Amino acid sequence: MNSLAATNEHLASVSNTLIYSSMAVYTLAFFAYIAEWLFGSRSKVARTANALTADGAGAAGAQGPAVTVRSAGGTAVLDRPQVVVRAAAGSRDVPDGPGAHGGDEQGDMYGRIAVSLTVLSFLIEFSGVLTRALSVRRAPWGNMYEFNITFSTVAVAVFLVLLVLRKNVRWLGLPLITTVLLDLGLAVTVLYTASDQLVPALHSYWLYIHVSTAIFCGAVFYVGAVGTILYLFKDSYENKLANGGTPGRFATSVLERLPASASLDKFAYRINAAVFPLWTFTIIAGAIWAGDAWGRYWNWDPKETWSFITWVAYACYLHARATAGWKGRKAAYIALIAFGCWLFNYYGVNIFVSGKHSYAGV
Amino acid sequence: MSESTTTDAARQPANADGEDQDLGAAGSQLSTAPTDTVVPGSFGGVRGPGAKGRLVWTLREITGWARWFWRQLTSMRVALVLLFLLSLGAIPGSLIPQKGTDALKVESFKAAHTTLGPVYERLGLFHVYSSVWFSAIYILLFVSLIGCIIPRTWQFVGQLRGRPPGAPRRLTRLPAYATWRTDAEPGTVRAAALDALRRRRFRSHVVGDAVAAEKGYVRELGNLLFHIALIVLLVSFAWGQLYKSDGDKLVIEGDGFANTPTQYDDIKSGSLFGSDDLVPFSFDLKSFTGTYERTGPNRGTPRTYEAALTYREGADGAQKKTTVRVNHPLHIGDSKVYLVSHGYAPVVTVRDAKGKVVFHQAVPLLPSDSNVTSQGAIKVLDGYTNAQGRSEQLGFAAFFVPTFAGAGKGTMVSQFPSLDNPVLALTAYHGSLGSDSGIPQNVYQLDTSHAKQYKTAGGDIFKDRLAPGQTMKLPGGNGSITFEKDIKEWAGFQIVQEPGSVWALTGAVTAILGLAASLFISRRRVWVRAVRGADGVTVVEMAGLGRSESAKLPQELGDLAARIHAQAPTAPTAPARTDPADDDAEPGAAEAAEPEPGAQGSDAAADTPAAGTSVADTSAADTPAAGPSDADTSDGDPDAAGPTVSATEGAEKQ
Repeated sequence: MNSLAATNEHLASVSNTLIYSSMAVYTLAFFAYIAEWLFGSRSKVARTANALTADGAGAAGAQGPAVTVRSAGGTAVLDRPQVVVRAAAGSRDVPDGPGAHGGDEQGDMYGRIAVSLTVLSFLIEFSGVLTRALSVRRAPWGNMYEFNITFSTVAVAVFLVLLVLRKNVRWLGLPLITTVLLDLGLAVTVLYTASDQLVPALHSYWLYIHVSTAIFCGAVFYVGAVGTILYLFKDSYENKLANGGTPGRFATSVLERLPASASLDKFAYRINAAVFPLWTFTIIAGAIWAGDAWGRYWNWDPKETWSFITWVAYACYLHARATAGWKGRKAAYIALIAFGCWLFNYYGVNIFVSGKHSYAGV
Repeated sequence: MSESTTTDAARQPANADGEDQDLGAAGSQLSTAPTDTVVPGSFGGVRGPGAKGRLVWTLREITGWARWFWRQLTSMRVALVLLFLLSLGAIPGSLIPQKGTDALKVESFKAAHTTLGPVYERLGLFHVYSSVWFSAIYILLFVSLIGCIIPRTWQFVGQLRGRPPGAPRRLTRLPAYATWRTDAEPGTVRAAALDALRRRRFRSHVVGDAVAAEKGYVRELGNLLFHIALIVLLVSFAWGQLYKSDGDKLVIEGDGFANTPTQYDDIKSGSLFGSDDLVPFSFDLKSFTGTYERTGPNRGTPRTYEAALTYREGADGAQKKTTVRVNHPLHIGDSKVYLVSHGYAPVVTVRDAKGKVVFHQAVPLLPSDSNVTSQGAIKVLDGYTNAQGRSEQLGFAAFFVPTFAGAGKGTMVSQFPSLDNPVLALTAYHGSLGSDSGIPQNVYQLDTSHAKQYKTAGGDIFKDRLAPGQTMKLPGGNGSITFEKDIKEWAGFQIVQEPGSVWALTGAVTAILGLAASLFISRRRVWVRAVRGADGVTVVEMAGLGRSESAKLPQELGDLAARIHAQAPTAPTAPARTDPADDDAEPGAAEAAEPEPGAQGSDAAADTPAAGTSVADTSAADTPAAGPSDADTSDGDPDAAGPTVSATEGAEKQ
């Protein structure tokens, strides 16, 4: 028993070392992303401005509807008919920006270094979470420290999976890594809890189901929220251009390199819509667990209430996107409020409100 | 409440601009999502003379306003506002103590906030989720939901019974488009298209010169199911509230419980619950086991709680054994027995002045901290006679710690939750404990208003700390109390009966499935038109339209086109072509028809030069006229530049 306890403590300290190491590598990745943005600012690509301003090359085209030609299917069959794609009527046709590197070769190199470092630090952090789980011989989601380190690991994993799927998401790197660093900093300083076992109420396979999906949903919602915020910036930039204004140099430099506002909006929507059923499932799984653990499947415990509020807020967002007069910026604000609810549900309810979910080790 | 995933404003009739009117029926009914239409605010019209006129006018006005109100209520905008209100309204319930979850906290809140308390009370903020205003929000929301669901269901049934609408005149206007020319007969092309579409499980049929096909009805079905499931969830939740019963019972090891209202320590039930509705069963608590973390920073944290029970279903069912743990309730019929708390019940023996045993019981004490520092009262109500031979009642205020820090090491605060070094501290009262007054008493508290505390000879309070097996003699030879070595544990059970949870679960699972279907499946239409041109070559046009702007639609159209193309390959270059730039034998390869708005009204003949082909029949208007290109076309086929420019000029010349 003693030797077992010793290995556990040993593993726990290995886990801590790994988490600190991952923070160091994330910091390197952070600087590499900064370098990518800095070198990218040398480029003078102005696709958005060209598409939206009168003196741009696309002036004539901007009045007509958008036409994009894409070849259907992966490998080009020689005489296979090609599909012509038209953008939705009424939407601004703005091309996506080139990404943080702005087409600059050196910037692109730093971007690639940053992504590689992100992969490396993700692997280190993942092993940190894994050793933590091994040291306590259970799922590593028993307190806020463990929740935080898992949360940022999953958020980075979502980012990397999107990259692997060849989605245009490298622009997410800098904001994501910045917040991952903040999240980890908070975890190791304020929220740190020495590894230990769980109270009987958490001894259930529902812990794996309910908490893992909650973490995953949070990470994905977070990625969606980053997209939404950038959409708001980019959209106001495009509006300014379309109305004949001249945005500031910094805004131009940064926002020109982001995808078009329509793409960002669609990205955020797809992310949020895709994970909304899973969030519904998380709440229901929690209710089933509550039915087993506390005697009532719905008891208006603060955590339950806030997950319900979050759910309703995201439902609002999805409905707003389908309602004339609410889509676009208004829907985006609702999405941000919804993510705010999620954040409050995690930090706020754990720290300020006492309820049945109060075993977070704060 | 309705369609949640539209991304494209232009597909909504409310937003239809000139362009989409072109699609006409083809673009309609791709969903049953409601459209917000403006309804006038007055309905009266002209009031006829006399009483009859007034009556007719009033009726008209009333129905008009009722209809207006109903439309408003069931509109998406109001549903959105109600959803907002619902989430806002749920917030205070999570921040202000609620009667349902913690009545004690509510009382202390009221005591602490004398001005705010009554205001909150009046606003129902201490029971938000059963308050009038919260109920009003969700009832309105669900009425709005039902008002939205029913017409949509009928519409959907209509769409299922109908067939996909025929092709719009100009397929080039659709979001995804492909075309080529072939020597195959138009009929053969249509047959090939029908076959290809049906293989992909499109509902398809031939309308005129084109095949019309539609797929993805499950999206709509999922959406409707999701919303209906929400109603089922709410109804079963309400049902459960009305017919629920929820009671607590503290059982000491060795004791038992039978499920009748009188046996409960405390029972709450819904307004429609009758005591006959209790599921008949009984159980005995054989033993309770709790283990705790011994080392580390979380020393003392509980690790396992287990209650070993024997139980019988019905009045005289067979006796069965089971173990109830946290997370593992005992299910008997609709009833569930949960283990919710535990504590210690020291066994004490009280002897009177003559040494006769007048009390021998396990006395449950209530824990006040996580290390099970407990307190309570030992009441000897009958049979005790004091040294003077007079009958009176004895009461002991008891403090108990399962693990005492050690003599001289402070107060009666437990160091650990298990029985490592149990100590019972007692002070004694004699006289009347008020049990005959008829007022129900708290078994854990002593009413000492008519009792006197025993004092030592020196006048100090008489008290002692007992280890198991030790006896405390009362002053003046008034008997003794013995703390027996056998310390029992008690377990607190919550017995819950809540019908409708199966329905709630069914509703929840259906809601997730419906939601997934409505968010992940896209509903789309495909049209394939094949028309023989004047030059004897068949022009094939394909177009796809989706409710949501899906990236997969062009992909799918491309796959379908490839399949049909295999059976109707591209014809050799049309000899009569006038536009040299278009000579690459791949008509439509990189072209899109998009005449200037001004050219839209022009007839087929006028469009012909722009189209740059010699096809002379009406469908020529739909053949790929090159569209004006913009910066974005750069990633397309460079060949497109030729026809693009000339077509734009052609259109402008008119």
